[in-house]
Amino acid sequence: MQVDDTPTQERLQARFDRMVADEVRIEPRDWMPEGYRRTLIRQIAQHAHSEIIGMQPEGNWITRAPSLRRKAILMAKVQDEAGHGLYLYSAAETLGVDREELLDLLHSGKQKYSSIFNYPTLTWADMGAIGWLVDGAAIMNQVPLCRCSYGPYGRAMVRICKEESFHQRQGFEILHTLSHGTPAQKAMAQDAVDRFWWPSLMMFGPPDSASTHSERSMAWGIKRFSNDELRQRFVDMTVPQAEALGLTLPDPDLRWDEESGHYAFGEIDWSELDRVIRGDGPCNAQRIERRRTAHEEGAWVRESAAAYARKHAATSSAAGETAA
Amino acid sequence: MSAPAAPRTPHGWPLWEVFVRARRGLSHQHVGSLHAPDGEMALRNARDVYTRRGEGVSLWVVPSSAILASSPDEQDPFFDPALDKAYRHPTFYEVPEGVEHL
Repeated sequence: MQVDDTPTQERLQARFDRMVADEVRIEPRDWMPEGYRRTLIRQIAQHAHSEIIGMQPEGNWITRAPSLRRKAILMAKVQDEAGHGLYLYSAAETLGVDREELLDLLHSGKQKYSSIFNYPTLTWADMGAIGWLVDGAAIMNQVPLCRCSYGPYGRAMVRICKEESFHQRQGFEILHTLSHGTPAQKAMAQDAVDRFWWPSLMMFGPPDSASTHSERSMAWGIKRFSNDELRQRFVDMTVPQAEALGLTLPDPDLRWDEESGHYAFGEIDWSELDRVIRGDGPCNAQRIERRRTAHEEGAWVRESAAAYARKHAATSSAAGETAA
Repeated sequence: MSAPAAPRTPHGWPLWEVFVRARRGLSHQHVGSLHAPDGEMALRNARDVYTRRGEGVSLWVVPSSAILASSPDEQDPFFDPALDKAYRHPTFYEVPEGVEHL
């Protein structure tokens, strides 16, 4: 009997393709094409960066939350974002990069984070708009990622999605309370929605016609639905919720389209997304500067913990020797 | 090309695998990993990262480097011995009609 079990490149590729086609998850020790690995590292890292940069616009309001209840909720939410960042950095690390490397790439601007976090949070109502719209859009993007072909990313997304639904509801509740309050409170809620609506639609990325990586990511089972499909679903889901809030969405072209069974909406200003991605958003410089400073100012904590661990290890091994 | 196998940490803190027992009567299950300078910090961080919503009553942390894995590619041959022994399953056996509690 002759069995040729030399794993040639073609065999490995064929096995990988078969696994993806059969919806079998790829795990860290499996062979995978270099492009697949690079795409995942880029996407998961960008996702992780978004979670931790996303702590800033909301952290901005912790000290000024209108009640102790709102403050406790907001702190729990910001803590969740840190946790989500950690799940995702861990998933990225299974691909052979390490977290420090990824943080360096974030700090030096070589890797990006979601452009939505480059908008300022000007009023308390922005906490509501972020929870309702930004987290709502994120959930729409993330639920299909739970079935991503790469196991560790999918598992991280399952945990994250479970936690995100609280985020979206608390945002909705903030806006609902404001929109049923005084005229000034309602105006504040409306203003927040006016500012965050279009950037939230941009979170789904460029239109399918201009999306560079989409097709390949679809073939690899990383991406399940196109940018435009997910954006449409988000609009369809959100319009009735806005009505329940008694708030309007800032789009004169928004209307129910009987024929397609979807809401039709106006043209998105893609030049704005380009500007923000390129670094010219209202808060790009501030966000990265804050992140770098936080990292540098936290250095002594990391060093102390390492020094303590070294000292402790030395003491216990010395004690072990004495006992022996 | 060859895939880098396990997670590596050339610098920084070592990597720990985290296991959570959801409630008494269940075994600990792997939930993820994290970096920490020592076991004590790994446990504290694991509590904050993986059990913020009462997901567990007990936590284990194990240095990732202490885990030995079967064939690195998770290929089939290692598990071959199990595949040709259908008689290990109860469904292998024929039971005459009408016989119960078997």
